[in-house]
Parts: sequence; C-alpha cells; structure tokens
Amino acid sequence: MAMVIRVFLLLLLSFYSIPSSAIYEDQVGLMDWHQKYIGKVNQAVFHTQKAGRKRVVVSTEENVIASLDLRRGDIFWRHVLGSGDVIDELDIGFGKYVFTLSSGGSILRAWNLPDGQMVWESYLQGSTPSKSILFIPTNLKYGKDNIILVFGMGSLHAVSSIDGEVLWRKDLAIESLEIKQVLQPHDGDIVYAIGFVGSQFVTYEINARSGEILKRTSETFPSGFSGELSYVSNDMLVALDTTGSTIISIRFGDGQISFYKTAVSDLVENFSGTASIVPSKLTGMVALKLNSVVVFVRVTDSGELELVEKIDSPAAISDPLSVSEGQQAFAVVQNGESRIIITVKQANDWSGGNLLKETIVMDQQRGNVEKVFINSYIRTDRSYGFRALIVMEDHSLLLLQQGEIVWSRDDGLASIIDMTTSELPVEKEGVSVAKVEHSLFEWLKGHLLKLKGTLMLATPEDIVAIQGMRLKSSQKSKMTRDHNGFRKLLIVLTRAGKIFALHTGDGRVVWSLLLPSFKRSDACPNPTGLNLYQWQVPHHHALDENPSVLVVGSCGGPNAPGVLSFVDSYTGKELDSSTLGHSIDHIIPLPVTDSTEQRLHLLLDREGHAFLYPRTPEALKLCQAELPNIYWYLIEADKDIIRGHTLRKTCTFEGADEYCFDTRELWSIVFPSESEKIIATAKRNLNEVVHTQAKVVEHDAMFKYLSKNMLFVATVSPKGAGEIGSATPEESSLVVYLIDTITGRILHRVSHHAAQGPVHAVFSENWVIYHYFNLRAHRYEMSVIEIYDQSRAENKDIWKLILGKHDLSSPISSYSRPEVMVKSQSYYFTHSVKTMAVSSTAKGITSKQILIGTIGDQVLALDKRFLDPRRTLNPTPAEREEGLIPLSDALPIIPQSFVTHSLLVEGLRGIVTIPTKLESTSLVFSYGVDLFFTRIAPSRIYDSLTEDFSYALLLLTIVALVAAIFVTWVMSEKKELREKWR
Amino acid sequence: MSKLNFIYLCLLVSCVIAFQSDELLQDDEEFGLEGGLPHPVHLDLDSTNNIKIPIITPPVIPSIRKSVDDSDSKIQFTLEHAFGDSDFVPTGTFTARLKSWSHGGQTLTKLRFSRNTFTDSEKEEFKQLLKDDEFYRIRLPSNVLSPPGKDYIVSSVKARCLPRDGLDEHFVIHMESVNILAVNYGSPGACPYPRPFKLPTKWSFNSHTVLRNSEQAPRAPAFVEDIIIGGEKNAEGENVPAVEKTFWAKYWMYLIPLVLIVMNAVTQAMNMPEEPAAGGAQVAQRAAPAANRRR
Repeated sequence: MAMVIRVFLLLLLSFYSIPSSAIYEDQVGLMDWHQKYIGKVNQAVFHTQKAGRKRVVVSTEENVIASLDLRRGDIFWRHVLGSGDVIDELDIGFGKYVFTLSSGGSILRAWNLPDGQMVWESYLQGSTPSKSILFIPTNLKYGKDNIILVFGMGSLHAVSSIDGEVLWRKDLAIESLEIKQVLQPHDGDIVYAIGFVGSQFVTYEINARSGEILKRTSETFPSGFSGELSYVSNDMLVALDTTGSTIISIRFGDGQISFYKTAVSDLVENFSGTASIVPSKLTGMVALKLNSVVVFVRVTDSGELELVEKIDSPAAISDPLSVSEGQQAFAVVQNGESRIIITVKQANDWSGGNLLKETIVMDQQRGNVEKVFINSYIRTDRSYGFRALIVMEDHSLLLLQQGEIVWSRDDGLASIIDMTTSELPVEKEGVSVAKVEHSLFEWLKGHLLKLKGTLMLATPEDIVAIQGMRLKSSQKSKMTRDHNGFRKLLIVLTRAGKIFALHTGDGRVVWSLLLPSFKRSDACPNPTGLNLYQWQVPHHHALDENPSVLVVGSCGGPNAPGVLSFVDSYTGKELDSSTLGHSIDHIIPLPVTDSTEQRLHLLLDREGHAFLYPRTPEALKLCQAELPNIYWYLIEADKDIIRGHTLRKTCTFEGADEYCFDTRELWSIVFPSESEKIIATAKRNLNEVVHTQAKVVEHDAMFKYLSKNMLFVATVSPKGAGEIGSATPEESSLVVYLIDTITGRILHRVSHHAAQGPVHAVFSENWVIYHYFNLRAHRYEMSVIEIYDQSRAENKDIWKLILGKHDLSSPISSYSRPEVMVKSQSYYFTHSVKTMAVSSTAKGITSKQILIGTIGDQVLALDKRFLDPRRTLNPTPAEREEGLIPLSDALPIIPQSFVTHSLLVEGLRGIVTIPTKLESTSLVFSYGVDLFFTRIAPSRIYDSLTEDFSYALLLLTIVALVAAIFVTWVMSEKKELREKWR
Repeated sequence: MSKLNFIYLCLLVSCVIAFQSDELLQDDEEFGLEGGLPHPVHLDLDSTNNIKIPIITPPVIPSIRKSVDDSDSKIQFTLEHAFGDSDFVPTGTFTARLKSWSHGGQTLTKLRFSRNTFTDSEKEEFKQLLKDDEFYRIRLPSNVLSPPGKDYIVSSVKARCLPRDGLDEHFVIHMESVNILAVNYGSPGACPYPRPFKLPTKWSFNSHTVLRNSEQAPRAPAFVEDIIIGGEKNAEGENVPAVEKTFWAKYWMYLIPLVLIVMNAVTQAMNMPEEPAAGGAQVAQRAAPAANRRR
C-alpha cells in the first residue's frame, strides 16, 4: 500500500513537471558535442583550378560525397546519399561540376563544385544490372552542351552536361555482353564500347553525337578472358586469359582485332599461379599483380611486352597524374615497420629515378595503407612537388606532404557497429598545492566574471570570455569519475576492427586500438568485428584493476572460427586474444560474475553447442549452478521460426571439453510462410531498472507484468514485406506478438489490418511501442501495448500486507500460467523513423522518453505520456490529476523537443541511452556517419542545480544578509538604549 | 469496438472458466486405473459446458458468418510427446471441424481432444522426469491439413508442474487459418518455484484446450471515422457513442432532496389542515432550508 501511495505521489509529481528538452542559444555545446565524418574514402579527385582553392572531392563507402579542404582536412560541403544509393563513380568535369554515378549506374547527379549544390539529377533507364562506367570526354559537343557518356544498367547513355537530359540511349545488354570499357581513342565523334561475350572480344564503334552504332567487330579468343581489361594506348588493350597465366594484348583499331599472347612466365622468372591486372590508367603500360609482387610491363605498339619494374608487396598504387606535357607520375606506397614509404615514379621514364621518395613515421594504430591518391603542386623553387592522400586500414584519411602528415581524419568513426561504456578511474587523493592555488584563482576569476554577467555589468568581451569558459570547462573533460556520473568513456567498435574510446565530456578520442587479432592473416583471411561486451567491471573491492571489454569477431563466412579479444578500457591495450576452434553465432552474457568480476559469457556456435568463457574451473562451477535457469531463443528470420533452447549437459563430440555444453530445443513458434514474415523484434534491455512495479489506475493499483523474458515480434504478410506502396491495403497486414521466451508462450497477439512495415519497436518496463505504416490512412502510426499482471492483483490486500501473508518476494516462475491484461492504443505519427530508443535512468523513477531517429537524421524526444493507452477524449478530473493527456489522433511533434536541436546526425543508425548517477539525467549518444552526444532530463533536472548556477552570488547574498542582520541588530540596540534613557 | 471488447472479455472469462473447472473428474474411471489398458477418452469440449473454445473469427463481415455455402469437414491431428531427450511418440488426437468460409478462409471449430493414458514404461519415464526435474515435451504439426507442415510446433514444461491429484494440463493453441503458430503447454494454474517433487495420485490426464485466433487491434474512437471513409465496412457497432446516462442517473442528487422537500411539505400540509391555503407556501419556504441541511 505504501508503494501505491508513493506511486501516486510520483505520478502527481511527474504531471506537474512538464518536460521540455529545449535549450537556450548559449547552452549549445555546453553538454553536447557533434562530430562530422565521411567514412572510408573510395575515390578522390583533386581540383587545382585556382591556387587559392585547394580542395579534394571524395566519395566514401558510407555513400558520402564531400569536398575537403586540403590545408586542414575540414569539410567544405558534404552530401550523404541514402544507404542503398552506392556511389559507383565520381569525377570532376568542365571545371565546375562534380558528377556522381550511383545506384548501380542508374542515377547520375551533377553538383556544383564550389558549394556542393545539386545542379541536376538524371535517372537512367536500363534493363539489366551491369558494371557502371562514367566517361567524361573533354571535347565532345552536342550543340552547345558537352556530352557525358554513362554506361549503366546495360545501356550506354549520352547525357547533356547542362541539364542532365538523356540525349540518346543504346541498349547493349544483348547476348550476355559484358562491357568493360568505354573509350574515345582519337579526338573525334567516335567512341568505343568494348567488352566480352564469353570468350569473344567485341567492340562497338558508336557515333557519340547520335548514338548510332557504326560498326560492330568481334573476334573469338579460344582460351577465354578473365577479369579486367587495361587500356594501354589508343588502339591497344591488355587482358588475361582464364587461367591467369597468359597476357593477351589486343589491338582493335581499324575494324581489325588481333591478339598477341605472351606467357607471364616469359616475362617474370619462376612465376607460377595466377596473375591479375591492377587497375591503373598508365599509358603504354600495364600493371600486373603476381602473388605479392606487382610488375609493370610496357606494351609497345606492335604488342610486344617488356618488363620495366618489379615492386615487392606494394600496399597501394595511385592513378597516374599528368605533371607536364606528356609526363605522367604515379605513386607507390609500401608499408614498413611503423612507417610507410611513398615513392612517386615517372611513368614514361623509368631510368630517370624517382621524382620523390619519402619515409613517413606512421602510428601503428592506423594499420596499413589501403589507397593512395596523388596531387602535384609547384614548389617555391618552381619544381614539382607532390602531396598524397592516403586511406589507412582503420579507414582514416591522411594528407602527406614533404614527408609529414599535414592532417588526419579518423573517419572510421563513421561506421560504428557496436558500442559500450566504461566508467573512468576514481580521482586519486592528494593534489599538488600549486594546482589548487591556480584553480582557486581561476575559480575566483570565473565566478567574478559570472557575477558580472548576472548583474548585467559585463562588457561584450566579458560575455565572450564567460561563454568560452563554459564551453571548455576543464571539469567536463577530466579523466576521472565525477560525482554525477556524467563523465564516462564511450567505447565504440568500428567496421575496420578498430576500437575508439571517446570521452563523453568533449568527444575527444582518449585512445584507439586497431585490434591486432582482427588483422588479416592466413588463418583468418577476412576478419570482421561483431560485438562489444563489458567483460570485467570492477566494483569497490577490486578497484585496483582496470575494467576491460570483450570484442567478439569472426573470420568471415558462416563457419569461420571466432576471434575473441580482451581490451583494457583505460589504457586501450589488448590484454589477451584468442582464435577459437568454433564459429560464433550468438553471444549470451550471463548474469553471473566470478570472483574477479569477470562476466560469464556463453558463445553459441552454428552446430548448436554452447561454450563457456572465461575458461576457469570457478566459472564452470558458477555456470553449472545456474545451468537449469539458462534459456535463450534464436530467431531464424529466413525461415520465420523462433526456437527456444536450454543447456543440456557437457558436449559429447570428439575433442570437446567440460566448457562445452549441448543444447536442446524446448519450444518453437512457426509462422506460416504464406501469411507471415518476421520483420522486427524487440526485447527489454536487461540492465533496465524499474522503480515502481504498479501503476495507479482510477485509485486502484495495477501491477505491471515485468518479466525480462519477453520478446516483441512483428510479422507482415509476405506481400507487405516490400517497400511502402508495393501492396494494397487488403493484401498486407501486420501481426504483433508478445512472447515469453522461457516457455514460448504467446502472451498477446494482435493484428493490424492494412498495415505495412518497416516496423521499429522499443520495449521497456511493461510496454512496447512500435511504428509502422497504415496503408488505409496513408500515414505512419505508432501503437503502444501495455501489459499488466492480474495474478498479483490480490497483493493489494492491506490485511495480507499487515499480516505478512503477501507473496511479493516469492519467486515467479515462467511455468505458471500468467494472467495478463493488455491495454493498447494507436496514434498517427508524421515522421518515418530510422531507429528508436528509450531513455533510461539509474533508478527508473524519472518518466520515460522515446527517442526517435527521424528520417531527417534528427533525434526527437517524445514523452511516453503521449503514448498512454488510457488516453480518452474527455479525461475525468481524476484522470487529469493523474497526468493523462486528452486523446488526440496524432502525436504532437514539438520543435523544441528535438534533442539534436539544429544539428543533423547524418546517416543516423543508432541511438544509445546511458543512465547517470543523477536520477533525472541520462546520456544520449547517437551515431551514424556523424556522432552526436548530449544529456537529456525527461522530467527536467529536479535533483541538482544547473551548471551555470552562481555560487558566488549565493555567497554574496548570504554575506549581505548577515551584514544586514548585524546592522539592524546594532541599530535596534541603540534605539532600545535611547528609549530606556528617555 | 465495444463488440470486440465484448468478445475479448468473453475470451478472458472463458479462459478463467477453463482452468478452474474440475468437472472432468467423473471421466476418471474411463481413463482407467494405474496399469490399466489405455482407453481413449473423448472430452466433448462443447457439450460439457465447462470448457469453451472461444473462436474469434478473423474480422470479417458478420453477414458472411451466416452464408449458406460454408462447408464443414472433419480433420484430425496427433499430439506427440517426449520424455526429456527421448524421441517423440504419438499420445493423443485432436479432432476438429474445419469450417471453410465463402471468402476463402478456413478456421477450426469444435476442437476435441482424446489422450491416451500412459503405459507402464511411460509412467516410469515420467517418474524419472519428476525425479530429475526435467522437461516433458509435446509437439504438434504446424499445418493441420498436411502434417507436419513447415515444421513441428514444440512446447515443453517442467514435468513437476503437471501433477496435482491427477495430471493437469492446459493447451492454448494459436491458429492462423489452418496453421498452428504456437502451442502454450503447461499446468492450468501456478507452478510454484522451487518445484517440489510430487507423484500424481492418479495417472490420468485432465486436459483443457483453448483455441485462439488473432484479434484485431483496437483503434481510438477518434479515428474510426477516417477508417469508415477509407471503405471498411465492419465498423458496425464500433462507432456507437457512449451510452447516454439516464435522467435519474444524472440528477438523482437533486431529485432526492426535491422529493424529500415535497414529501415534507405534503406531510406538514396534511398535519395542518386548518391552516389557510396561503400557509402551504410558507411551509414550503421553511422546508427548503431544512432539506438543504439534510443534503
């Protein structure tokens, strides 16, 4: 009963605190930070049109095109294309445009080079997916327009450079033709489209103005072709045969095709294996990769081959750059021990030595060089200098010039795949006196300034100083734990297999580690990081030890062995790593820790075995005690089956030890494939804290059904699984389930007719909120389901409570038949959603907010009270008192409730909330291509003073009051004395 | 809306009835004594009034329910069980009527279940399960027309949850047309933890079965209008406005004092017949504050 009263009071409290997360202009940047990234660079085009504008245009794996400042590496402009809109080609043309070809060669866009405005966009039709080629001839005119030639979707298109209009289209997708190159060998109107049909070499001679095929020539080469074609000179191409051991030089001019064969072993001694062509645009030369060696072969006009140079294991070779008339230069980068060697060579004159050879010391945490792009400039002494843009293994981008790193960008942070947090170390006792004096002086000065600001005496310079002080307060970026728990480390795992620790105060990288165990090796050819778990979180008695995280990865492929790595959270050193003998399908952190506070984890492989980590006898003992209480479920999304499992006993297969367990299937739910397909699932966060177990409804307590083993599953009709609009309202329906994952019991099942995915859902406490599209209303909807436990209703009896007969503390078994009651409601919502999360606080007292990542890459905080299933059109006074909002059909979007205020988190993929020690506040970290971090207080900050609270003013007031008391006391004494003398 | 709620309520109520009933005890003789021959027992779930199978038809147009061309056919599917990790063997049969709707849908109605009693060896196995606190597992085909369909639907329960006097079991079978999505199998009531080891006094099963179909999500009354415009015809009875309160219910607090005043006035008027007619008005005036006080 006492709890009920408390609940009621809390509800009352929460009603009177109308939440708003809006901030004032001068608060921007105080507790939030925003970092902009672009992702791993794929292609880069320099432009050196004017000396003043040193920029490079890049396209990345995150489908970003950006213009970067070459001096500092800042982003001038940036566009994030959708996740499905992969950029295939990027080029600069006609001095003022950037052209991008994306979505498998079907969308061509022109962007204005200086400011990044889109000039035009053109959709190219085609029949079959194919290689996409963007070719910008410099001197092909169609009337006044320049022509751009695009090969994509199996067709050759000529596009006007002024408005993107398709001038002509030629379908070349006939007879399984693979077009490899589009080229214009001579100045003129004729372009060639060259490709293979099986083992046949085909050229099309096409009039670039009209699109008319002038001539088609073909010639069969009996042993077939493999891989790429390399364009060598005006009428010469080089290819390899299917075995990769013979180089074929093809002369194709004048309607004649002739082949010249040269065995690779004739050029390079002791060669065996397969060669492959390294894509390079060198004239008169071809680069071949033979095992670890790259050889450069000159091709004479008669088709003769001549070995020019052999380079051992180069990391990257750049495209050639024309330096002066007829001169080409290109860069080769080689990795060394903690350094890289960059060599710029002359393509035409190999004997003349290198144009440049520099050795640059490189941080080992960046890994090896993956790509290099070069650019030339004229030095002060009128000679040519070179700068190189290099892309490293950790996806970072660096600019090298004069043997130094001019700038670097940690663009690996654009592709975060998982994250966790770590507390900072506790502050050590004993601080030096000088530091105290300094900080005291600073403190006094700061407060004096603040006081001036409060009393409106501050000059504009003072205001700037105050703002600057607030922004870079040393307090928030300290490397120690703070009282409120705002300072933490965000440990993120990126797709490159690198771990970064970011400080929540200012977002700086505290340490980073390119995991050595995730580097490519023969045993593990294609390692990928999967997940990050907290491995060891020492508490009071073990504070001397640093916390550590577990990184789980796989060597790539379904049955590849798993990789584990343990990393110290404070120092960023890898403590231990191991390559496992089994694959990793799922990881289950157990709610048990051993005596050193290492968390027990169960790793499931694909054969249905479970492996226990850490492999210590103590862990085994703990696990065996918990054995009958370990259950899990696996969702087979491809088959639309959910199965529940439990552990059985120690494995029996050959080579198994006592840390391996067999599993057994306990339950299954099979969705009929003709009518249902799983599209979304959601489960409760296991760390979630729930403060009140009951909710007061009409002066009566209802108990929340708070099982942690609940799973939300949404299925749609197979026809409705596509994009919105692909199904009619009659064809598509959405069914949602609440499933108990121990017994496989369906607790609730409800269908929404005429609804379609995509479905996004969050599950918290006893409610689940999901977002979907209503086909009949042509709007997005959000629904809420709240689930209540009816079997505990008798616990409300006050006599039982007094007599101690209540069973609040008795264990609840999942095998008991639950009596649940469900309340639900649906509301319209304007935005489409990218991701959803829910705020979480330390004790779960503060009311909840739903954090919605909108399609506009912003994060919207929506109060849970708007999604209350009990909202009615006319709430009774009792309900109003409780904080019930009158029913409306749509959820309001209040502009002030965007937690990202004016900023965009481009390419938003995830939102994580982290509770702090202060109950009112939680930390929000949202990531995508950009990173954004802030603090939210869903019910306002009710438990602490704001940061800009002026303690000095308070002190001054107290002093003034004390003084006033003394003065008035003295005065009254005197007056009293005068009275007495009268 | 209210109709759906009503159906939902029915469902809840019937579930409550379903697990509280103990009337099947009279059939215990037919189950046979320990070691007796297995007699298949038909639990006529419709005629014995204690177990109702609430059939929530998919939200179709109500008139269709009455259409004449609906055809019924009888189907059967088997329940299989396993003790711990043993193989599944048949142990009972579900029979039901398959109702085909004219719009193409099919639903099961009149589900009956007959369970074989345990053989001696099965009893031993079950005792072993009880001893080890192990799982008793059952499975059903996922498609009742072409078993096993896509895969078997498996469900399990700790064997110690089942024994009461006899062996009490409860099936909730979730259907989607002729497909079984899931079966919730367990004891009809609570299964307290820690589970005590207890042998059943009678080796006979007391089975309760419930069929469930999907319900439609409730919508807020505010948007029902949009939906009607959108062309949905089943809003019949959903858009009924809240029942208007009767005059009495609204104004009783005023009516009662008024009646009292009138009665008071009348009695006083009767007690003083000799007073002139003008006095009646005075009395009434005097009575009003009294009534107020009473109020």
